[in-house]
Amino acid sequence: MQPQEIYEELKSRFGEAIVDFQSQPPSDPFIVVKAENLFEICHTLRDGDNFLFDYLKCLSGMDLGDNLGAVYHLYSMKYAHHLTLKVIVPKDEPKVPSVERIWRTADWHEREAFDLIGVLFEGHHNLIRILNPYDWEGHPLQKNYVTPEEYHGMKVPY
Amino acid sequence: MGLLNRLNEPYDAGGIILGTIEDVFNWGRARSDWYLHFGLACCAIEFMAMNASHFDFMRFGTIPRATPRQADFIMITGTVTLKMAERIKILYEQMADPKYVVSVGSCSNCGGPYWEHGYHVLKGVDRIIPVDVYIPGCPPRPEAFQEGMIQLQKKIINEEIFKKRQKIKEELLSV
Repeated sequence: MQPQEIYEELKSRFGEAIVDFQSQPPSDPFIVVKAENLFEICHTLRDGDNFLFDYLKCLSGMDLGDNLGAVYHLYSMKYAHHLTLKVIVPKDEPKVPSVERIWRTADWHEREAFDLIGVLFEGHHNLIRILNPYDWEGHPLQKNYVTPEEYHGMKVPY
Repeated sequence: MGLLNRLNEPYDAGGIILGTIEDVFNWGRARSDWYLHFGLACCAIEFMAMNASHFDFMRFGTIPRATPRQADFIMITGTVTLKMAERIKILYEQMADPKYVVSVGSCSNCGGPYWEHGYHVLKGVDRIIPVDVYIPGCPPRPEAFQEGMIQLQKKIINEEIFKKRQKIKEELLSV
């Protein structure tokens, strides 16, 4: 299926939960969905007969200034079609439903997005830091992140 | 016993070598350095080439050890993150004296390409442990590894074991 067809089918099923569809080059076509309905949408995308997106290629977090977001790149082994999903949530309450139960790949990807960007994935069974030390403060890939002066007595700036 | 039989013969007939204990000690220490390899990044990959038959790191008498307790020097090859820096310090403290540190590559010398935006990188391993030999490069060529090893051997062979002990004693007396 083409992204346009996927968008139309999703729109007919979920209505308001599908916020936006962009297909302007040079970026890949992507669909923006509401965070509240993300889990059902992802479940439909994986198990729906026309979709069968059985492979989560990548899950990444993004910092948009006032908002945080998550991007899901999906692929179907059977139909060989791709889809990009985006979720955008406010920075002061960045809660996104976890899709870890749908695609096991999302487990560590969500931990990484939480560690570096600060997106809170609700329903994740073990949402702890994956790269930084457990006692690290802040989320380093946020745009307003300030490098700490020292960590455990070690000076960090050059 | 071979020595006793030869005492009546002149020295220039061969078979006897004279030297100070310090020279013999240092000669042995410099040529049988066992090392703990702390590989962290791409410098460790270059170190594999150094260990392979083309460059043959073992010709210097080095043997890789899997534990700090048997190692004479530790080789830090790669980017020292803040998370790893604490582990390095623990390993260094577990090594028995006399111990040496070889810092390999720009990252462990001074932070390398992460010097400005590396919030997670320690800008030089010499901020937590004393470094004896710095090997520059990103990553260094195996020839640079060889030169670094020769410099370490020079350092070891010129050390004054017994005078060092005297100096410590003087310091203690003055306190």
